[in-house]
Amino acid sequence: MNFVNFHVETDSDGIALLTWDMPGRSMNVITPEVIGEIEAVVDHVAAEASIKGCVITSGKDNFSGGADLSMLQSVAAEYQKARQEKGEEEATKLFFERARRLSQVYRMLETCGKPFAIAINGTCVGGAFELALACHYRVISDDDKARVGLPEIKVGLFPGAGGTQRIARLMQTGDALQMLFKGEQIRPKAAKAMNLVHEIAPAGEIVAKAKTWITAGGKGVAPWDEKSFKLPSGKVFSAQGMMVWPAANAIYRRETHDNYPAAKAILHSVYEGLQLPFDLALRVESRWFAKILRSPEAAAMIRTLFLSMGELNKGARRPAHVPATAIKQVGILGAGFMGAGIAYVTASAGMDVVLIDQDQAAADKGKEICNKLISGQVLKGRATGADKEALLARIKPTADYTGLAGAGLVIEAVFEDRAVKAAVTQKAREVLQPGTIFASNTSTLPITSLAQTYGEPENFIGIHFFSPVEKMLLVEVILGEKTGDRALATALDYVRAIKKTPIVVHDSRGFYANRCVGNYIREGHIMLLAGVPPAMIENVAKMAGMPVGPLALNDEVALDLALKIIEAAKRDLGPAAIDPTQENLLKTMVVEHGRYGRKNSKGFYDYPAQGTKTLWPGLDAFQSTKLDPDKIDIAELKQRFLVTQAVEAARVIEEGVVTDPREADVGSIIGFGFAPFSGGTLSYIDGMGVANFVALCEQLRQKFGDRFAPPKILIDMAKADETFYGRFAERMKRVA
Amino acid sequence: MLHSLRSNMNQDREDKVPEAFIYDHVRTPRGRGKPDGALHEVSTLGLATTVLRAIKERGDLDTHLVDDIVLGCVDPVGEAGGDIARAAALTADYGNHVPGVQINRFCASGLDAINFAAAQIMAGQHSLTVGGGVESMSRVGIGASGGAWPVDPAIAIKSYFMPQGVSADLIATKYGFSRDDVDQYAVSSQQRAAKAWSEDRFKNSIVPVRDINGITLLDRDEHMRPSTDMQSLAALKPSFTMMGEQGGFDAVAVDAHPEVEKVLHIHHAGNSSGIVDGAAAVLIGSAEAGRAMARKPRGKIRAFANIGSEPAMMLTGPVDVTKKVLARAGMTLDDIDLFEVNEAFASVVLRFAQAFDLDMTRLNVNGGAIAMGHPLGATGAMLLGTALDELERLGKATALITLCIGAGMGTATIIERV
Repeated sequence: MNFVNFHVETDSDGIALLTWDMPGRSMNVITPEVIGEIEAVVDHVAAEASIKGCVITSGKDNFSGGADLSMLQSVAAEYQKARQEKGEEEATKLFFERARRLSQVYRMLETCGKPFAIAINGTCVGGAFELALACHYRVISDDDKARVGLPEIKVGLFPGAGGTQRIARLMQTGDALQMLFKGEQIRPKAAKAMNLVHEIAPAGEIVAKAKTWITAGGKGVAPWDEKSFKLPSGKVFSAQGMMVWPAANAIYRRETHDNYPAAKAILHSVYEGLQLPFDLALRVESRWFAKILRSPEAAAMIRTLFLSMGELNKGARRPAHVPATAIKQVGILGAGFMGAGIAYVTASAGMDVVLIDQDQAAADKGKEICNKLISGQVLKGRATGADKEALLARIKPTADYTGLAGAGLVIEAVFEDRAVKAAVTQKAREVLQPGTIFASNTSTLPITSLAQTYGEPENFIGIHFFSPVEKMLLVEVILGEKTGDRALATALDYVRAIKKTPIVVHDSRGFYANRCVGNYIREGHIMLLAGVPPAMIENVAKMAGMPVGPLALNDEVALDLALKIIEAAKRDLGPAAIDPTQENLLKTMVVEHGRYGRKNSKGFYDYPAQGTKTLWPGLDAFQSTKLDPDKIDIAELKQRFLVTQAVEAARVIEEGVVTDPREADVGSIIGFGFAPFSGGTLSYIDGMGVANFVALCEQLRQKFGDRFAPPKILIDMAKADETFYGRFAERMKRVA
Repeated sequence: MLHSLRSNMNQDREDKVPEAFIYDHVRTPRGRGKPDGALHEVSTLGLATTVLRAIKERGDLDTHLVDDIVLGCVDPVGEAGGDIARAAALTADYGNHVPGVQINRFCASGLDAINFAAAQIMAGQHSLTVGGGVESMSRVGIGASGGAWPVDPAIAIKSYFMPQGVSADLIATKYGFSRDDVDQYAVSSQQRAAKAWSEDRFKNSIVPVRDINGITLLDRDEHMRPSTDMQSLAALKPSFTMMGEQGGFDAVAVDAHPEVEKVLHIHHAGNSSGIVDGAAAVLIGSAEAGRAMARKPRGKIRAFANIGSEPAMMLTGPVDVTKKVLARAGMTLDDIDLFEVNEAFASVVLRFAQAFDLDMTRLNVNGGAIAMGHPLGATGAMLLGTALDELERLGKATALITLCIGAGMGTATIIERV
């Protein structure tokens, strides 16, 4: 048989070996053609009497990353078209049938009567792992990169090709739900323990082992198709079921605040499916899949967290004409918490680091922070002792600036003070080769002005990390007025090397992320002063989709820093630029009460040495009036939290600080955790429709003040019935 | 002229609505709901039969007059399943002609059964009915009948399902009741129940449960601990902490009432209703039925109401339904002499008192389910009888009986002596 994406060979042993090896791609993905070819293989294996069974493997380094998500997006787009042409129900029926085709082909494979075994090498996730689950026997290679998993939930989908049903029949219901909710990639040993694979073998032997299973008489019948099959957790309506389901529903709400329909669909599919015969269970799973595939949350999350993030990671914004830079050594000025974090991620990526501070002891302290970080990884089994040694060997702490001479990039991460920054920049300048790219990790000071201290403003750029550096995925690359393409390319190459996601931002006070975050925190302050119960402020923010409440976040940032930023803005831009009530609140907290935030264990919260933080009872004094919690409009509080950030993102676009909607969206989710189900700040606006968003802004402005005033760009877009992704489509293509 | 005529006609029609009179009430004592409880050896059917037979025998009732028997039962499965009311009608020798129906509105089933039975009278379709309820919690087990509400994501998530104890703790947290407050209430429930028993205040209602040879198995509520004090309660650990924290239910509570920073778990076995076995029955009929029986009514059903309330707090329905039933009856709180609010959890009663700024001297004066237990399907009927007995004892006129209900509901009935 001749296929485009597969080779089939049948040996004298009567076993067909199906090798998945898509031409022109580094990774196998599931496309409509692939689905058709698997179906043809199944027909062939079933029909050919001389074939005993089939082993599936991959011709690539990895097995497969699963479905082509852009395919799923186009299916959803076709649905919209069919709806207009054929009407709602007919279009939905067609869509349902199409969305469940993969599930049906897998079921054909599972029930064709011949045994199918799969030999898994490297990564096998998503729809590809669902293929594996439909096979009767699974062998995985013991290599370091081998992983299985169902990560669909991370882009607002769920495993809709039998995954929920087979997983829930392979393990206890609670374990199954947890696996489906988390979407983690699982190593071979754990996979074996979880009953996900049958056998682990050396990479070179997986095909042979799979064949052995068939020749030894392996049956082409799934456990759940055996008459004697019993559900691992028993029936849903049983004492055991009562132990699982109420808590599963509660934990779903705890983890999602009911914002993620795909996670809820997992619950529905498993709950309903476990009460049905297998084929009917698959059909019910397909019904949920068809619904989730058409959900705005899935569309938004696929676009931002898969497509856009992939494009940015691949250097969508990199000036193509600058040759690739390979940085071997990075100089870092300042070995404090930020500097050490940067040193850690840089050394982790295999680059040498010269970590400089004003004296050796201070520099050594920075390296000690790196030591703690990597030791933590070793303790968790995520790194080996050898990794640790190699990493620490790459970091050279010193007070001697001459050590910088060989650096391909220097990142300054000293105290946020112009004079201090100017001094270290000057010192570095003296030893650096002309043309060395110099980056500042400032979070508040304009890059254009700092660039003047370097002498080569075209080689000066901002690389703004978020704290804690080792965890936060976002990096803002800040362009000063004179920053040149080579500086930008170098910065982007560096960010790519440390496996973070860059967004390119033009110089502006607060850049992008901190402007939105600042608004978010301010909204919390304003609610507090207006008499909203403090716990409600925090809880509703999380219910709106934010990872941390505004008051807790302010504590993390530090209250005195927030106050300094407000005072600086007041000094530089005039009193109209700030909210005096907010300034007063922070001043009282910091100056009068000595509450600086988490760092001195006293902020909006009290931080006991043991146990969890609790809101400071003294906040009472800031509430001259107290609103009745039962009369507060919770939906409106949620909107205020999201709108104040989204409207700021629109202003940032209007000012040209961020120029590409993908960057605004991706940056908002990975930078400050903006309601991921929305797809990000601008997708939030596009999602509800710009005209609706403008109306909402106006409504909030009338009730709560001008900070909600929609900028002109939104009013124009509402009039023209535009979206951000429509309006900037050309620009995104140009740079993509 | 025309207007006043029409209003007279309306008046006439209203006057013609038959009234539902209460002719009798009995209940079993409540047995501890465990294998070592005195009623554990008695089947659900046996408990129901005991009270139906008592109703029949006490008044020498001609069962040919009985049109229907409505019994509440919350876990109507196994021995309690398949329409326990019809089975009990037959075993209590009401005759083949007396039908029965079992209903379930969770904890208020016993009161709802009375209301359903009364409604048949008020509708003019039946003349004499029995309402009541039965639950053998020790034999069938709480939650044995399953149900979609806690497990099906379609309803569990939407309704903020959490175990009732977590809801009770949420109510306490939200409305500011401390561990001392709820324990204090529990102590008073025990003291009041002990006093009521020592003064024989339940004597008109209690029917001992006997074995087949006539030997008494239980003639007194078995769950009570009259020596309970603040110190003994302080030794008890909160029951719902682990469930709330590890089961995710505290987070559900906070999502539903986000002004709550953290649910404070303060309820335990000593300030929550006891798990017990028992049954109760009430004989309800029209005025004509009374004449046919040659019996005087002890009281009448003045009004009743049902309501759905906020499902996360779940147990605040008594507040909502009390407002509703008072409005229906054209009455105010001051028109009610006694209140019986089921002591599912101490915070339920404390919230009721707080919401209406109610004097405790009119509320659960003879103790309640914390001291004596809450045999789910029967409790409503027991409370109605307790109220009626106490009105008679005090020479007062009106009582309001209400219970909180799973999934956020409330049922209330106002009775009046005649």
